[in-house]
Amino acid sequence: MPDRRLQFDIVIVGAGPAGLAAACAASECGRKAALLESAPWIGGQIWRGEEAHFANTQARYWINRVRKSGATLLTGTNVIAANTPITLLAEQPHGAVEIQWRKLILATGARELFLPFPGWTLPGVFGPGGLQGLVKNGWPVAGKKVVIAGTGPLLLAAADGLKKHGARVVLIAEQTRKSHVAELGLTLLAYPGKVLQGAALKARLLGVPQRYGVWPVRALGSDHVRVVELTNGRDTWTENCDQLACGFHLVPNVELPITFGCDLRNGFVKVDHWQMTSVADVFCAGEPTAIGGVNAALVEGQIAGYAASGQLEKAERLFSQRATHQTFAQALDKTYALRDELKGITTDDTIFCRCEDVTFARVKQHRFGREAKLQTRCGMGICQGRICGAAAKIILGWEQSSVRPPVHPARINSLTTHNQAH
Amino acid sequence: MSQKPDIIIVGAGIVGAACAMECARAGLRTLVLERECVGGGTTAAGMGHIVAMDDSEAQFALTRYSRNLWIQMRPQLPEEAEYDPCGTLWVAADDEEMTEVRRKQNFFEQRGVRVEMLDSDGVAKAEPQLRPGLSGGLLVPDDAVVYPPCAAKFFLDQARTLGAEIKMGVAATHLLPEGGVRLADGTHLSADRVINVAGPWSPELMPGVPVRKRKGHLVITDRAPGFVRHQIVELGYLKSAHSVSKDSVAFNVQPRKTQQVLVGSSRQFDAASTEVDHAILSRMLSRAGEYLPGLNDLVAIRTWTGHRPATPDKLPLIGPSLFSDRIWLATGHEGLGITTSLGTGRLLADLLLGQPTEIPSEPFSPSRYANGASHHE
Ligand SMILES: Cc1cc2nc3c(=O)[nH]c(=O)nc-3n(C[C@H](O)[C@H](O)[C@H](O)COP(=O)(O)OP(=O)(O)OC[C@H]3O[C@@H](n4cnc5c(N)ncnc54)[C@H](O)[C@@H]3O)c2cc1C
Ligand SMILES: Cc1cc2nc3c(=O)[nH]c(=O)nc-3n(C[C@H](O)[C@H](O)[C@H](O)COP(=O)(O)OP(=O)(O)OC[C@H]3O[C@@H](n4cnc5c(N)ncnc54)[C@H](O)[C@@H]3O)c2cc1C
Repeated sequence: MPDRRLQFDIVIVGAGPAGLAAACAASECGRKAALLESAPWIGGQIWRGEEAHFANTQARYWINRVRKSGATLLTGTNVIAANTPITLLAEQPHGAVEIQWRKLILATGARELFLPFPGWTLPGVFGPGGLQGLVKNGWPVAGKKVVIAGTGPLLLAAADGLKKHGARVVLIAEQTRKSHVAELGLTLLAYPGKVLQGAALKARLLGVPQRYGVWPVRALGSDHVRVVELTNGRDTWTENCDQLACGFHLVPNVELPITFGCDLRNGFVKVDHWQMTSVADVFCAGEPTAIGGVNAALVEGQIAGYAASGQLEKAERLFSQRATHQTFAQALDKTYALRDELKGITTDDTIFCRCEDVTFARVKQHRFGREAKLQTRCGMGICQGRICGAAAKIILGWEQSSVRPPVHPARINSLTTHNQAH
Repeated sequence: MSQKPDIIIVGAGIVGAACAMECARAGLRTLVLERECVGGGTTAAGMGHIVAMDDSEAQFALTRYSRNLWIQMRPQLPEEAEYDPCGTLWVAADDEEMTEVRRKQNFFEQRGVRVEMLDSDGVAKAEPQLRPGLSGGLLVPDDAVVYPPCAAKFFLDQARTLGAEIKMGVAATHLLPEGGVRLADGTHLSADRVINVAGPWSPELMPGVPVRKRKGHLVITDRAPGFVRHQIVELGYLKSAHSVSKDSVAFNVQPRKTQQVLVGSSRQFDAASTEVDHAILSRMLSRAGEYLPGLNDLVAIRTWTGHRPATPDKLPLIGPSLFSDRIWLATGHEGLGITTSLGTGRLLADLLLGQPTEIPSEPFSPSRYANGASHHE
């Protein structure tokens, strides 16, 4: 069995903005650094496809910089376990690899939050980020009627991306109140860059109907979504669509940090000034520490990269920038806080756990997540509760279930590497 | 429950749930206390293999008795209990193990347990994924597989229907020699007798109970329809299960009704943490891969650990404790508690009522440790 062992000073997991920035910082400080990424590309979800045709200037800058930095880029490398306190186990297309590190930087990003409502499992219903990713990969949307619903800045970004590919965005339904978004607009005035971006986006979305204080209650269609039913709490109406992109902002990917023993606070990885977690020599940057967007991730990534390289002054110089972005993250959080009515969109016969086909009626009889899991198989499937666990936290107030290796599904063979190496 | 209960059962693992069902059926006023949820302890970690075992006459008697009770109960079991009469295939890798297969065959046949001898081809036909060239094996067709947490829930629901009272989320902190328990909030509940059915945690409630935690690892795969058809166990399993001192692994895989494959198993003493130990996990999977080469390409979705409640002589403790005849035990079921839960429930109910038991109860009596636990191993 092919079995590889590698060794680096600094290993960074996740090649989104935070990981790219960390890899640049570490490598430019002369450290032997490796950037591990499960996808075949670098750039993360947000900069997927950028390297083939750069459209985004930030993406161009950071991707080019990391390519020149000397860091070893290992794409198609999926970290599945912390097999010893100083090594991790990763799966590659042709086998497993054990990687030893002195400092570890976890930049695992975030995923979309889905709330189950009738019809959410119909073909044609996606997360806004997920649909955007598909479209970048060539999924045809030209001429298709798309409704975008849920919450968060991702809705507008997705609308923009889909429109560029010829989709007819018939409605953007944002659950939060318009007044909240206006307040965020005021906060944004402190960030000239963001205001400019916002204005450009607004111009591109001119003519796309946008409604606030509106959320989906049902998706209808026999074999594919055809209609979505929406409400503003008083009236309910329907919109025809070929695709529904619905997501309720983001949840941090904290499973890998948990595996390495990092403590959480309010669901996010706890870090100090240097972006170091509760575990010595393990750092964390970007969305797992707070949902703050690209700019926060870039700054945090650099701080982690410098701190891990022992370049504390360089890290310290970025503290004030980080503080600004963190204020913005808090404002985002407040603006897109989920309204209580959303806790009621899951009906009894809604499939709550997609992997194991478990209805909400069966899940909600139980007192807590572990009981529901053991009795109904909710969260026991291939996604290990990443989708339903996040929803159960919002809708039922349940703690998310524990993480066990492998952090991502992995071939049995890959889990035997440890033994083979001896 | 308006009247004082006859018994309080502490712990609703599969053993506690089966005891509650049988005691309630026997007419005892029964109260069950469980600190977390039904079947959430070791019962949530076990493989759920219902198996006749032949380590000793006593173990055989209890496992066969219990297996029959499972077979009788089958028509009532809910679908979620996933009862699957898949049988056990004991596989022999070499001639030495073939000798063991023949011994096992004789043992079972003499005692009326259906078995079928398989030669090398027979084993390959029964389980095409097994590596070629195994010496043979023994098929035990009436063994089965269940999903323990839901079976335990069903037993507890039966108990409730039969009049038992269940308190969930209630932890006992002390068992009282005069009968009854003290709870975490300082209050007392009294009963004629209290039964310690707390599995690997039973010594925490009663220091001195000869039960140690014996850690095991399991891995579940993604769906792989038809990959294996029987619970397949290597005969080397006996060698490693016997060894109480060393860490050991053995090839032991199980087809789930969900079409997944559950892969075991390991045994470690003095490994108190519930964390997955990658070194032993890796050994365990390598061992399984030697027997089932195709397993290496299946996808693992989760691994976990559990602590078997082990006694020095590998037999459970069922009956009055040495400390007080108002404190009883039903614990120490090691790696067979899913199987032996039903037999344990029957024995306990009969003993409590002073009735004759259907199999001899002496081998399980806690009094066998009256002179200390050490001399047994
Ligand atoms: C027959 C059978 C089939 C099963 N099939 C599946 C399946 O298909 N899919 C599936 O996901 N699960 C399956 N399970 C397993 C189940 O999800 C749990 O893994 C199992 O009940 C053991 O719980 P746990 O210890 O993993 O974690 P939990 O149930 O979450 O927690 C139990 C305890 O272990 C501790 N713990 C959890 N994680 C760690 C850790 N990393 N390190 C240290 N301590 C930890 C927790 O703090 C907690 O106290 C199956 C179980 C059985 C019995
Ligand atoms: C890896 C592994 C594989 C196994 N495979 C098999 C198999 O294939 N076949 C088989 O027959 N057996 C198998 N077993 C063994 C089987 O799982 C156990 O013997 C059985 O589950 C023990 O059940 P129990 O009810 O005694 O203990 P548990 O299930 O641990 O129940 C004890 C209960 O007591 C509760 N409790 C503890 N303290 C208190 C307190 N102070 N107050 C209130 N409640 C309390 C706990 O919360 C728990 O629910 C396996 C075990 C392991 C670990």
